[in-house]
Amino acid sequence: MTQLITVNFRLNYAEFQLDVNLQLPGSGVTVLFGHSGSGKTTLLRCIAGLQHAPQGFLEINGNLWQDSGQGLFLPTHKRSLGYVFQEANLFPHLTVAGNLRFGLKRIPKSSNTVDLQHILELLGIDHLLKRKPDCLSGGERQRVAIARALALNPEILLMDEPLASLDFKRKQEILPFLSRLNQELNIPVLYVTHSQQEVAQLADNLVIMADGKTIASGPLSETLSRLDVPLAHDREAASVWPVTVVEHEADYELTRVAFAGGMLSLPLVAAAIGTPLRVQIYARDVSIALEAPTATSILNVLPATITGITDDQGGLTVVRLQVGTQALMSHITRKSALLLNFQIGMAVYVQIKGVSILN
Amino acid sequence: MLTSADLDTLLLTFKVASISTALMMVFGTPLAWWLARTDSAWKGIINAVVALPLVLPPTVLGFYLLVMMGPVGVIGEFTTWLGLGTLPFTFAGLVVASVLYSIPFVVQPLQAAFTTIGKLPLEAAATLRASPLDTFFSVVVPLAKPGFLTAIILGFTHTVGEFGVVLMVGGNIPDKTRVVSVQIYNHVEAMEYSEAHWLAGVLLVFSFVVLLVLYTVLKTQPVTHQLK
Repeated sequence: MTQLITVNFRLNYAEFQLDVNLQLPGSGVTVLFGHSGSGKTTLLRCIAGLQHAPQGFLEINGNLWQDSGQGLFLPTHKRSLGYVFQEANLFPHLTVAGNLRFGLKRIPKSSNTVDLQHILELLGIDHLLKRKPDCLSGGERQRVAIARALALNPEILLMDEPLASLDFKRKQEILPFLSRLNQELNIPVLYVTHSQQEVAQLADNLVIMADGKTIASGPLSETLSRLDVPLAHDREAASVWPVTVVEHEADYELTRVAFAGGMLSLPLVAAAIGTPLRVQIYARDVSIALEAPTATSILNVLPATITGITDDQGGLTVVRLQVGTQALMSHITRKSALLLNFQIGMAVYVQIKGVSILN
Repeated sequence: MLTSADLDTLLLTFKVASISTALMMVFGTPLAWWLARTDSAWKGIINAVVALPLVLPPTVLGFYLLVMMGPVGVIGEFTTWLGLGTLPFTFAGLVVASVLYSIPFVVQPLQAAFTTIGKLPLEAAATLRASPLDTFFSVVVPLAKPGFLTAIILGFTHTVGEFGVVLMVGGNIPDKTRVVSVQIYNHVEAMEYSEAHWLAGVLLVFSFVVLLVLYTVLKTQPVTHQLK
């Protein structure tokens, strides 16, 4: 089976046009990122069949769901998908257990192979089964909605800003569950959000949308650091690296992690040696030096190569660097960039003032 | 006391109301569903037509029905062609008239209930593999239960209370079309106030109890709210 998702849609409303041609990897978490009105939710609804784009082609890992060329449009209830709405959208007349059973009763026995108990424990909702939705907190409702979708053992999980209606505390409560889910369950996920935090924490692949079109699509760290994409110019712009825990320096309360091309020091993490982690480095925390700084308080100094430079508003210059095989972004002043005469291809040193752990 | 003729009219009244209510639910539910969901330009017109019996004098509705169901009316020619004869002054005619007269009391609560449900639960059901018909019975009916109960109760009681339309279309034929409201009128005409009291009392108590159940046990909004 081809592990590939092909998405082509064209939709023409008077006030809004959607025009999307995408090839996405058939596994991992693909985040559809964009501001409200960018068309990301419409795209997700077209994929679910909740909205019918008159011109469309949609194939999910070998299953053809829409091909307007041959007049094929599979109605939503015949698509093997799980959908998590922005509001949990549980059935108020059913208990949590009833909500979970609703879909399970309607799938063929042969596909009912999910270990529901495991999902309930993973999401921390196994004690809520007898409650009605109106007796649950917003975070609990959303976790039940996620379990309800996953219970169907779908070919793909579609999530439409599942955390947007929750406050910061509830978000922090669910995000770890989501990252664990993605590690443990082998279901491709399309995740719509406008939160850079959720992108950094969850995405393996990133699709950036604006005005009904995709403006960038690819692996996370590569797409995040594309200078032609507004994200790199955002004040909150950051690079995300996968790393592995190598050693703990208990005396200094530090943890050393390895990435493809070097080592980083982080504040002490309670994680065993060999644990994979995801770290975030804000572009504003990265400075560039022409020579290796010999006397500096900054621990994370790494050799790097400049691969891109763009001037931005407010006297700012965005520099894209390559550190080992990882892309890194730095926001420096235009004055520094001119004084030090930074050029593409130059070998430099980056000093990283802060590294935060995402999971 | 209630005479046996009075009991017959009571029985006939409940028979008309039961059959009419059943028919109104069968036809009114899809109509209310369509009205709650559609963006069609016809929606306004159909809404207005459905609500007409609320504002028309029953005699006006009855008059038109009498003419249309008569031998030279559209409905009359159709029923004659079917070999059923004409409907005025028959039990069937009475049921048809009742259905048309009371239909807003069924359609409007249902339409309000369906509109309140919105499209979100329907979309959730579709993503959980439920077909549209499956969704209607497993999600819409349970969520719209108060609307269905209101529709049944109001449709039934309103049919029991009809007078003008019956008089125009059904007349006053014992055991065929003579319902309670007409019988009370007959008693009063004949100066039989005691008999009129009994029958009127039965209707008053029945209607009050039913509405009491509707507004206390089921905690339904008063009908004036629902009709908006």
